[in-house]
Amino acid sequence: MPQLSDIKLLNEKETRAGFGEGILEAGRRNPRVIALTADLAGSLKLGPFMKEFPERFVQCGIAEANMMGVAAGLAIGGKIPYTTTFANFSTSRVYDQIRQSIAYSGKNVKICASHAGLTLGEDGATHQVLEDIGMMKMLPGMTVIVPCDFNQTKAAAIAIADYQGPVYLRFGRPKWANFTAEDGSDFQIGKAQLLAEGRDLSIIACGHLVWLAVQAAQILAEKGISAEVINMHTIKPLDEEALLKSAAKTRCVVTAEEHQQNGGLGESVAGVLARKLPTPLEMVAVQDSFGESGTPLQLLAKYGLTKEQIVVKAEAALARK
Amino acid sequence: MEISELKRLAGQVRRDIVRMVHAAQSGHPGGSLGCADFMTALYFHIMKHQPKPFKMEGRGEDIFFLSNGHISPVFYSVLARSGYFPVSELASFRKINSRLQGHPTTHEGLPGVRIASGSLGQGMSAACGAAIAKKLDNDERLIFSLHGDGELQEGQNWEAILFAAHHRLDNLVATIDVNGQQIDGPTGLVMNVESLNAKFSAFNWLVYEMDGNVMEEVIATLEAVREAAGQGKPIVILMRTVMGKGVSFMEGTHEWHGIAPNDAQLEQALKELDLATEDY
Repeated sequence: MPQLSDIKLLNEKETRAGFGEGILEAGRRNPRVIALTADLAGSLKLGPFMKEFPERFVQCGIAEANMMGVAAGLAIGGKIPYTTTFANFSTSRVYDQIRQSIAYSGKNVKICASHAGLTLGEDGATHQVLEDIGMMKMLPGMTVIVPCDFNQTKAAAIAIADYQGPVYLRFGRPKWANFTAEDGSDFQIGKAQLLAEGRDLSIIACGHLVWLAVQAAQILAEKGISAEVINMHTIKPLDEEALLKSAAKTRCVVTAEEHQQNGGLGESVAGVLARKLPTPLEMVAVQDSFGESGTPLQLLAKYGLTKEQIVVKAEAALARK
Repeated sequence: MEISELKRLAGQVRRDIVRMVHAAQSGHPGGSLGCADFMTALYFHIMKHQPKPFKMEGRGEDIFFLSNGHISPVFYSVLARSGYFPVSELASFRKINSRLQGHPTTHEGLPGVRIASGSLGQGMSAACGAAIAKKLDNDERLIFSLHGDGELQEGQNWEAILFAAHHRLDNLVATIDVNGQQIDGPTGLVMNVESLNAKFSAFNWLVYEMDGNVMEEVIATLEAVREAAGQGKPIVILMRTVMGKGVSFMEGTHEWHGIAPNDAQLEQALKELDLATEDY
């Protein structure tokens, strides 16, 4: 079983850069992979893909609604389109296009969304979407994936090409701890990743917050508390088996995510636990508020998405056991 | 198919439309009747397509997208009568457990439908994507799409219109049903979209105009646009139609955009429409 001490920080890299490498590899493996963008090829690190596969790159201009429909049409033609833009413009701006032309129509479109959450930073709340996981997980048939670091975002970008059906792949802008397997061998869509085994408490996290969960577990270990750390990179379909197995053992759960509490990972976890295994649960998430301008770390601190806050919530959950 | 036969068939399609909407006591007869000649020409004379087995990708086939999904009755009628599914299934239109949903969808697996439409303004984008896919596959068949004139009030269309010209999608033929009517009244009063010719020309499309209720003109125009394809520009046909065409009391008014005839009105309508083959 994996132990906390097994987790090694490799380096710091942007998850969006992992996406750029991943789509390039997916394009090499499968000639049906097409990259679309809405004037954000640079931000999504598409340069190498565009250079190697110019005929399979579709520039849509600043017109995300049309991009979603074009992707659906490409899917009808048997292609595997990846739409790329910021998470806000990948979801809330084009929700009805995704709902009708992609989800309801069952199209094999990969919606790839960078700059999600508060860690987008200085651009402020207009761009810091914190509702996207909720919106996307509500759509019937939509798979929602939130990888935790560069290596895993690369692995996910490759894996979704072989996965039939619409997918929402969410990642971020800043340089962040990179610690999962370089070859992506520890990633499987729909399968929770057990990062560290523990006895007293389960910390279930996704995205950037997974690394903070690891650090929180280290702090808790120093206090003599054994925390299990699970990277729930696939929000939907949720790996209920892994969640219930961990909760049955530790009887106490904390979730952590860079998203509104309403509609996020924590809510999905709460639903499963309430229905199948009522368990004390605390959540680290944004509390019904918009973000603002600031550095990523300042914003995470101000909105309570920190390792310290995970520890506070862990102790609160433990007290409810 | 002979023009006279196409005309008779369009009459049969119109019978299907009023009977379906009457049976469901809901649906959109006006636009469906207005587009009956065009849809009949497309499915029985112009497009190369394979009803059985239906293939989503449509390789080597001409592909059609209905963007104004509320005129599903005319779409379902031509699909059934060209062999995509049994004509008897038209009786299930808008009923529970039906593949013939109020607005077309792939969700129930109805052959011939490639994407859901109903929420307006999305079909041209999908048509653009399918047009790119055909180009990538060196497939020289065409993409046809149909849109309402009122539907062009949706901004996404103009994103797609820019996109198609920029990417030189000269295998795309979009037809606009210019009947000048929408739910709240004449299009010119609700939100004027004219001049469509000037607008599409300015967006660098090849523009054709035709009377969509004169079969000879519909056939001639559709044959002409096939010749015009492949010249670097997307093609639009501004198709003037009369909403409710073929049923005297439904003609030319937005009142019949989305309501169903009662029993007496159905009887009157069927008296005016030739029985070409047989009713479902």
